[in-house]
Amino acid sequence: MTEENAGGVAKRFLYVNRRAPYGSIYALESLEVVLIGAAFEQDVSLAFIGDGVYQLTKGQDTKGLEVKNFSPTYRALEDYDVTKLYVDEEALQSRGLSEADLVVPVEVVSAQRMAEIMESQDVILSF
Amino acid sequence: MKFSILVNEGPYTHEASDTAYQFVKAALAKGHEIYRVFFYHDGVNNGTRLTVPPQDDRNIVKRWSELAAQHKLDLVLCIAAAQRRGLMDKSEAKRNGKDADNLAPGFRISGLGQLIEAGIQADRLVVFGD
Repeated sequence: MTEENAGGVAKRFLYVNRRAPYGSIYALESLEVVLIGAAFEQDVSLAFIGDGVYQLTKGQDTKGLEVKNFSPTYRALEDYDVTKLYVDEEALQSRGLSEADLVVPVEVVSAQRMAEIMESQDVILSF
Repeated sequence: MKFSILVNEGPYTHEASDTAYQFVKAALAKGHEIYRVFFYHDGVNNGTRLTVPPQDDRNIVKRWSELAAQHKLDLVLCIAAAQRRGLMDKSEAKRNGKDADNLAPGFRISGLGQLIEAGIQADRLVVFGD
């Protein structure tokens, strides 16, 4: 048990990613919270809704933007025991994407299922 | 009830900091506890003592500092977000070889772990952002 978790409380944390990976810093800084938070041994899930689904797409090329392509980091989440990634089905479909376009295995869920997932959390961080 | 607060936007551009402030004030007035207010993303800009708003406008930073002094609030800026945006306390300025610091009274700079811990310790974590 880590010092941070000395109280023995394991809470359900959900990180809701709503924005495209570039254009604003929210996606990158959200990922930084997830990585730091992993040390606290909580029950962690990630949700991708709206333009947030673009964070997981393959083939991101940021050379022209002169910013770091951080999409490989999502593949490292498994090493941090962060394996519950939920993607909103409608958000994917309406952007012409499918699970095959994403860099990591995810669970594609309906809006209703996503609502149930959110309902079952203790802490929701929305970025 | 024990609340933790996350402020994700800077002062003036967005209303998030104003709303968070009013929420904290109202919660305290009702006898609730504020475990921590954590500032992330551009929210760290709420912690600079160098803001000089027009006299007929609210002073968002000063307001947070005063509320912190009054209620012993724990106002925490994320260190990674703060460094990106030029928010420094004395020791960080020294460590990074900068010639100035700008942290407002009542604020402190610490790691993202403080946000997670705030979520663990509080009954509710309320996010104010865009």
